[in-house]
Amino acid sequence: MTVFGPIVAGADETSGYKEAFRKAFPYTVPVLTGYLFIGLAFGVMFADQGYSFLWAILVSTVVYAGSGQYLAVNFFVPGFSLLQAAFLTLMVNVRHVFYGLSLVDRFNKFGKKRWYLIFGMTDETYSLICTTNVPEGVDEEKFLLAITALDQLYWIAGSAIGALAASIVDFNSQGIEFAMTALFIVLFIELWYRRGNRTPELIGVVAALVCLLVFGADNFVLPTMLTIVAIVLIARKRLDASAGRSGKEADEDA
Amino acid sequence: MLDPVQSLVMIAVVAVATFATRAASFLLFPKGKEVPDSVKYVGMVLPPAVIGMLVVYCLRSTSVLTYPYGIPELIASLTVVALHVWKRNIFLSIGVGTVLYMALVQFVFV
Repeated sequence: MTVFGPIVAGADETSGYKEAFRKAFPYTVPVLTGYLFIGLAFGVMFADQGYSFLWAILVSTVVYAGSGQYLAVNFFVPGFSLLQAAFLTLMVNVRHVFYGLSLVDRFNKFGKKRWYLIFGMTDETYSLICTTNVPEGVDEEKFLLAITALDQLYWIAGSAIGALAASIVDFNSQGIEFAMTALFIVLFIELWYRRGNRTPELIGVVAALVCLLVFGADNFVLPTMLTIVAIVLIARKRLDASAGRSGKEADEDA
Repeated sequence: MLDPVQSLVMIAVVAVATFATRAASFLLFPKGKEVPDSVKYVGMVLPPAVIGMLVVYCLRSTSVLTYPYGIPELIASLTVVALHVWKRNIFLSIGVGTVLYMALVQFVFV
């Protein structure tokens, strides 16, 4: 789908990215705040296992997952089974299968670069991409790439700072992971103000609370996702009208 | 800490497993394959529900029945809500909420 035109098109491409990054930055400020805190916490925990900030940067670059990396810190001890590590990682990230489901139609319009969007689909980036309308005059693909890349930069910076700080001063980071909670509360409130129909938000909260009580803290995410999908399918007629209003059909060819 | 080679292997395993969950839907519905209408619809209503779920997910390990009975989480969460409704300033909401929570669990509810 991508057309590699002559030199002029190349120049357009770069200026398009500059514009996309400029326009994307304000939208990523919540994630900047959250990621500096929780990336920092990962860096501190990883440093406590004996790893330098270069290792933290490597993990945050190639893995790039919030709760996934928190969990992974426990894998870096002698004798930990690789199979167990793979299984636990799949379990903690299984919700991303559903995120993908909701973006497949949108991302499949893009070229090969969409694989970076897929790689970078963290909770925070997913939430941001789904709640942000592409501004006028910016190419949608470039805008989403800019958001994803900026978010990952914050994450890498946060983890590097955390790991460096931990190697210099004895820093008590207990409780710093609350930044992630605060971030989602903020996103929830923003969404609450913006949407006319708030039923899906409430379905998510209630389904999660019920599943948490029934299945416990370690096993409730998958049942919750399945419950949410079942409820929205059953209530389709009532939700469909409001769903259409979150439209972000801004893919005019620039 | 693992030795460097073991560390690299472990990082690779975690990276591949993470990417697999994110890529699964895109392998199921590759480019050019029509995405069913019901999947498109679920995709539209899912994001707000997921954000609701993630708030609960972040608070999942809160000890409600034993000390400190979820009080630090409750105080910090209500502070974030109040600050954000009042000022709509993201730095302020997340920054104050997080520092307050850290102070509560490190100094008050020890």
